Amino acid sequence: MNITRETVLYVARLARLRLREDEVPRMQRDLDAILDYVATLRELDTTGVAPTTHVLEIETPLRADEVRRVLPVAEVVRNAPEHDESAMIVPKVLE
Amino acid sequence: MNELGKAGLGELALHVASGDVSCREIVAAALSRIERLDARIGAFVAVRGEAALAQARAADEARAAGHARSRLHGLPVAVKDILASPEFDTTCGSRILAGFRAPYEATVLARLRDAGLVVIGSTNMDEFAMGGSTENSAWQKTKNPWDLTRIPGGSSGGSAAAVAARLVPAALGSDTGGSIRQPSALCGVTGLKPTYGRVSRYGLVAFASSLDQIGPITRSCSDAALLLGVIAGHDPLDATSYPEAAPNWIGALSGDVDGLRIGIPRGFFDGEGADPGTMARGREALRGFESLGAKTVEVDLPNCAFGIATYYLICTAEASSNLSRYDGVKYGFRAESETLDEMYEKTRSEGFGAEVKRRILLGTYVLSAGYYDAYYRKAQQVRTLIRRDFERAFASCDLIATPTTPGPAWPLGERIDDPLQMYLADVYTVTANLAGLPALSIPCGLTGPGLPVGLQLIGRPLDEATVLRAGDAFQRRTSHHQLAPEEFAS
Repeated sequence: MNITRETVLYVARLARLRLREDEVPRMQRDLDAILDYVATLRELDTTGVAPTTHVLEIETPLRADEVRRVLPVAEVVRNAPEHDESAMIVPKVLE
Repeated sequence: MNELGKAGLGELALHVASGDVSCREIVAAALSRIERLDARIGAFVAVRGEAALAQARAADEARAAGHARSRLHGLPVAVKDILASPEFDTTCGSRILAGFRAPYEATVLARLRDAGLVVIGSTNMDEFAMGGSTENSAWQKTKNPWDLTRIPGGSSGGSAAAVAARLVPAALGSDTGGSIRQPSALCGVTGLKPTYGRVSRYGLVAFASSLDQIGPITRSCSDAALLLGVIAGHDPLDATSYPEAAPNWIGALSGDVDGLRIGIPRGFFDGEGADPGTMARGREALRGFESLGAKTVEVDLPNCAFGIATYYLICTAEASSNLSRYDGVKYGFRAESETLDEMYEKTRSEGFGAEVKRRILLGTYVLSAGYYDAYYRKAQQVRTLIRRDFERAFASCDLIATPTTPGPAWPLGERIDDPLQMYLADVYTVTANLAGLPALSIPCGLTGPGLPVGLQLIGRPLDEATVLRAGDAFQRRTSHHQLAPEEFAS
């Protein structure tokens, strides 16, 4: 593998992470080493093997379509860094 | 009763029932040991002194009135700092969740409460359960009670260290790739990862949802059975919860393993690069099982050699998705910022530690356009091959035994700059998560400079009963699980 500095910065942008300048070479080195290691999976022939989607053989249960108690809005917004009684407040989205 | 610190859950329950000791005395003794000893270990991130004592007093009153809710009513337990509770903060060892108080309660906490157990505090962990040493917590590093210069294992290192140092009789941990079993082995205690779906994950802060499972860390298998009995069972709030009722595991502990077939994966006890002492203790434990009447048979798990690679692709992919919710909007830390985009980036960059960022980046990379099939889909296919390995092996045996770890606890700081080395410590544990199987680590002796190591017993899906029965039979005839680190033995 050859993870470039540009790849690290691109993936960081996708993940909404802003890396410090000193973090970039370190992440580049670590990702490169880990991806080199996981490349061993290529040795395995998985033609026709179904991917595992769930380890238990149970079907996804459907919830009944009925009105149920939900958490009070005031309690839900309470943990937001900025909020009023009924909403979370964020920096302006539209100019 | 002078030795409250040494007793496990079952023993304490007997003493409380006979009136030798009150729940208040037990909880007060635990709080006193935490206050006296935990500064050296760093197992706890929060302790609920007054609330725990009040709950213990209420338990004594309920018991006196004949209203004990369970045999464990009034006994203390610690929980990993990853379970949502409206009564105490849940931080997952992360700055990004500093001060977070959940508006709802994790199902396992509700079940502990319904059974009357007293949650005495929350224990330190690697940030978002990512790590194998408990050095990745934003708050503190936990130390191994057997040697304070070494790591306790991770990511449930706080829970394992608290039980090992006799601060509490039992604790809950969570296990995504070995995070209950690995620290249990390195701290000389008993740890069980139940079958995926056996215990509700509702309120367990998600790391890798298809692998995570909550389980007990205790002094013995019989205590693990008691605690599992409290927390297991179907939960309609968790769509992956197994729909059938949980059995009575205490009733399954007959102490008899005569005729039990234990599968030994070829090559697992002479692994290249593994610690010879750890492997020797494991082989001795297997001879112990044979002397109890169990039969050992060789089995092959050829695809398990790819377990670590498979695991790190799947868990990082799931983590990158699960951790996208930490954006500074809904809860936790928010960085100072002018725009929404800046808020997302600065919050996540300042709030997450290095290991979490590394795993988010890796997960984002393997899920990104052009790489999904080569990495994530491939890993999910290899996961199927690993599951088939186990299915084939279980055709000829009832349990599979492996070392829990390749070696004993390593010195603090030794692997912190080498993530791959850290990941390889989970080489024997990750496959049980990938296949969703129940797996137990029991102490099987000391190695090198007097450090504990563990033996892992893996069972068929939903067959915790056989795993616990075998572990209990071993513990009835050996004393490895009763050893305590000298410094914390009294």
